Amino acid sequence: MTQAPPTKTYFDHLAEGRFMIQRSASTGEWVFYPRMSAPRTCATDLEWVAPTGLGTVYATTVKRMKPPAADVSIVIVELDEGPRLMTHVQAMPPDDVFIGMRVRARIADGPDSKIVVFEADSAE
Amino acid sequence: MTRGSQLRGRTAFVGAATFGCGEAPGYTSIELAAEAARLAIADAGLTASQIDGLFIALPTDFLSGLTIAEYLGIRPAMTNNSRTGGSAFLTHAEWAMLALDAGLIDHALICYGANQRTGAGKLVSAQMPSPFEIPYRPNNPAASYALAASRHMFQYGTTSEQLAAVAVAARQWANLNPEAFRRGPLSIDDVLSTRLVADPLHVADCCLVTDGAAAVVMTRADRARDLHKTPVALLGAASATWHHEIAQLADLTVSAAQESGRRAFAQAGFAPQDMDVVNLYDAFTINTIMFLEDLGFCAKGEGGPFVASGAISPEGSLPVNTNGGGLSFCHPGMYGLFTMVESIRQLRGEAGQRQIEGAKLALAHGNGGTLSSQATCIMGLLETV
Repeated sequence: MTQAPPTKTYFDHLAEGRFMIQRSASTGEWVFYPRMSAPRTCATDLEWVAPTGLGTVYATTVKRMKPPAADVSIVIVELDEGPRLMTHVQAMPPDDVFIGMRVRARIADGPDSKIVVFEADSAE
Repeated sequence: MTRGSQLRGRTAFVGAATFGCGEAPGYTSIELAAEAARLAIADAGLTASQIDGLFIALPTDFLSGLTIAEYLGIRPAMTNNSRTGGSAFLTHAEWAMLALDAGLIDHALICYGANQRTGAGKLVSAQMPSPFEIPYRPNNPAASYALAASRHMFQYGTTSEQLAAVAVAARQWANLNPEAFRRGPLSIDDVLSTRLVADPLHVADCCLVTDGAAAVVMTRADRARDLHKTPVALLGAASATWHHEIAQLADLTVSAAQESGRRAFAQAGFAPQDMDVVNLYDAFTINTIMFLEDLGFCAKGEGGPFVASGAISPEGSLPVNTNGGGLSFCHPGMYGLFTMVESIRQLRGEAGQRQIEGAKLALAHGNGGTLSSQATCIMGLLETV
């Protein structure tokens, strides 16, 4: 089965307030970024499923800006489901973000569309 | 039989040149590339009309093979402007090796030129950003390499001082190279006191943005003996691609250089400890550390202490980036070809003050994208074949 346009579908979900990623029904593997078929297996049975939104900071840097612009956190978060994505950790100083930190997803305004960002997970 | 070992030493580099490294105001990128090409062809003792295989990749001109063929007034039987980022030129050598050995062409020219310093005024990349990275506006390429560096620090305890030691060693080599753009004293503290770009990378952890051009000429080993200069045999050439955007690399501390290096060494029948000179694409200081590990010059995780010991400086045990590298010699956007030119110059004994006495074997390694494409060439004097 050919997928609906994966990139468009992802950002459409975000525009409607849902963080959804793909999972192969046959292999159970979660897939990010969204694709026409699953990497390695080429499985086409990709379903859109809501992840828990919980994850862990896998790698971190700070994009240093010229003042008065604020420095920006750039991280790779590993979702509890397995896939990794580039994103921001917000609502805290970028310098305080650390590898291994537990984070929770939230939908925010990006430059041109809604995007997924993360904040420290206060439950843990 | 080891895959590709029948190609070992079948082809050789017979011409090499650089031009306009640093600042070459007023020249277009094609003019720079054409001049390096002319110099490399003359260095080989050939004429332009003998070039029947043409390899080039420019950051902005995606059909640069057509442009440079017309510019040089040649009609190549094989034109290749394939691009894998800054590693492209080492993959070109791999393709040229195949085509020469198959008898499809007799003389291959690989060339590059860019005016990124005086023309563009900033790094120009051909890399198409992912729609899943764009909204986060990472300051790439620095941000992606910084993410890898953060992981290397986390897993292995690598420090900012160890990263800085890479830049210091590169500068020490550059101080022996009159062609290098950045010369003069540089200390660990100097590096650490430059502005942070993307933590943990400072300005001095990042490669230069310069003008510059380079070219090499290859032919079959049997023809190489009759030409002007000491031929440098291509003993092994291999490349590998594992990902494109940095978030998709499985382990940010391990690059596909591990695979390209393993295959190139197997093809060449040599091991890391046999290399007399090593030229690595040092886009950022973390690259040198990772590639030394991935290519087998030290164990994974030991790259930081290895470089901090002074091992890769002019007084050290392993000559690395003897021209000063992309950090201090020149970096006109895509640097891969310069690792090959420096390896050729060292093996021919043409490296002046920085010459490694008795160098017989060299490794050139290119990196493309954000640690994405890796390509390795093992080169040696004919006596090593």
